[in-house]
Amino acid sequence: MTSATRPASSLIEVSGLSASYGRVAALKPVDLRVEEGEFVTILGPNGAGKTTLLRAISRLIGSSGQVRFKGDDITALPAHRLAKLGIIMVQEGRGLFGEMTVHENLLLGAYGLGGDRAAIERRFEEVFRLFPRLRERASQVAASMSGGEQQMLAVGRALMAGPKLLMLDEPSLGLAPKVAAGILDTLGELNRKGLGILLVEQKAPLALRLARRVYVLASGTVRAELPAHEISSHHDLARYYFH
Amino acid sequence: MTLRDITSTRLGRYGLVPVAGAIFIALLFAFVFIKGGYLLTVMQLAMIYGVFCVGLNFFMGYTGQASFGQNAFAALGGYGSAILCVQFGWEPIAALVASMAIAGIASVIVGYPTLRLRGHYLAMATFALGLITYDISVQWQSVTQGYMGYSGIPPLGVGPFTVEDERAKLVCLMVILLVGVWISGRLRNSRFGRALRAISTSELGAAALGISISRYKLAAFVIAALYASAAGSLFAHVVGFISPEVFGLQMVVVTFTMLYVGGVGTVLGPAVGAIIASLLPEIVRSTGRFQDIAYALALILMLIYVPKGLSGLANAGKKRAGEEG
Repeated sequence: MTSATRPASSLIEVSGLSASYGRVAALKPVDLRVEEGEFVTILGPNGAGKTTLLRAISRLIGSSGQVRFKGDDITALPAHRLAKLGIIMVQEGRGLFGEMTVHENLLLGAYGLGGDRAAIERRFEEVFRLFPRLRERASQVAASMSGGEQQMLAVGRALMAGPKLLMLDEPSLGLAPKVAAGILDTLGELNRKGLGILLVEQKAPLALRLARRVYVLASGTVRAELPAHEISSHHDLARYYFH
Repeated sequence: MTLRDITSTRLGRYGLVPVAGAIFIALLFAFVFIKGGYLLTVMQLAMIYGVFCVGLNFFMGYTGQASFGQNAFAALGGYGSAILCVQFGWEPIAALVASMAIAGIASVIVGYPTLRLRGHYLAMATFALGLITYDISVQWQSVTQGYMGYSGIPPLGVGPFTVEDERAKLVCLMVILLVGVWISGRLRNSRFGRALRAISTSELGAAALGISISRYKLAAFVIAALYASAAGSLFAHVVGFISPEVFGLQMVVVTFTMLYVGGVGTVLGPAVGAIIASLLPEIVRSTGRFQDIAYALALILMLIYVPKGLSGLANAGKKRAGEEG
């Protein structure tokens, strides 16, 4: 079926995705979807399988099940091909190249643009508008920056890739509340411009401020899928965690 | 601030240590050039090993992979040059280029399956590659002349112009090494080089940005093989003789030492390491029967106090200069 005749599809749709580390099943068959321009959050306690889920979607670990992107089956594609489609992940711990400068890290984000300097320059300007601090730190080695600056760089680098779906694994980890809120606000701004976001977060109040829908993950399974406002007002997350 | 502005600020300023290091190497080179004799040969070999190490640095330094078998490609270069020149009367330059092409093709054929391995397994597989090549060079006597090796290999040159004077050979090798270092530096700071360095830090992180890990590893392996082949050919044309021992296990040990003494993953480190590690035995020779101990002690002290290699020392000096500035 060609894209012209295909019915409207989710941005990403995951069906029966499971993954394991050795004999330990970290992710039991999980179904999940993110629509175009939607902000979806995955909440869950430690060890719920949230990171594993994002890694499995990104093909950074082996998994079984099906992943469709804009209706196309991308299950068999390697990780680097997914990035070229616009599926970009900001890893837990930021995953920066610490010995490289901010400038070099951002250039690596724009790897898919090849030698198109004009397009790279435009992306730089977009990222520097969102994170002016990165412009000031351009020649600084990434590892020497503060946690907040590193997280800005991690998000900025992902944006350099021109993502269609941005997946973030606990971007608030280890950050001061004000800094974390600032990063999340930026994500909200990007989402309002149409960027699909799949956010894994433990700090529920932060994530629920922005998300439209929430998946509650515990013990490798989806315990609940519901609108974000319902959780913030009526539900006790712990009830799902220990269900 | 534009991209160009950022790039220009990245250059920073030179510190005292790198400048002092460059002057020291230049003086050392001038001293050897003027004094001549045996030291001239030592420096020639340092230049050849330097070419080898600059190539090895692509795979081990920039990409962070282990290879104990690049001597196999040096052997291909050496024997390729020897056979093509001695048996078939080729021009040395043509033989060098043809040998590099053969080594490049061989590295693709060997690297494609081998580079699926990681860590120790990759190290062992590449080590086996070196051992197999050594055995072939010993056993396939009809082609390699076994332990006898090849002699009478013509010096570098084009047509009637040959580089036969020892000092001219040294200058020629130095120019080749500098070109090799320049290419290495250009590539390191290119899109290609950044991708290699990203792989060295985190393969998953690099893949998540769209970098094809297997393709880049193979490319680094092939580049290392091309440099190694060029080094092997240069050895053949400069010394005029090759045998299996030239490209044996000792070459692996010596080049690793050079790479780590100079600074693995840096642009200048491999060349600096090749020069220092080649001249060090001559410096400690005055200790007589303790020279091996003195050599080992010097290496250990260097690795303890300059763990990132001599180029790392220069970078530390540059950072300090930048902070002061």
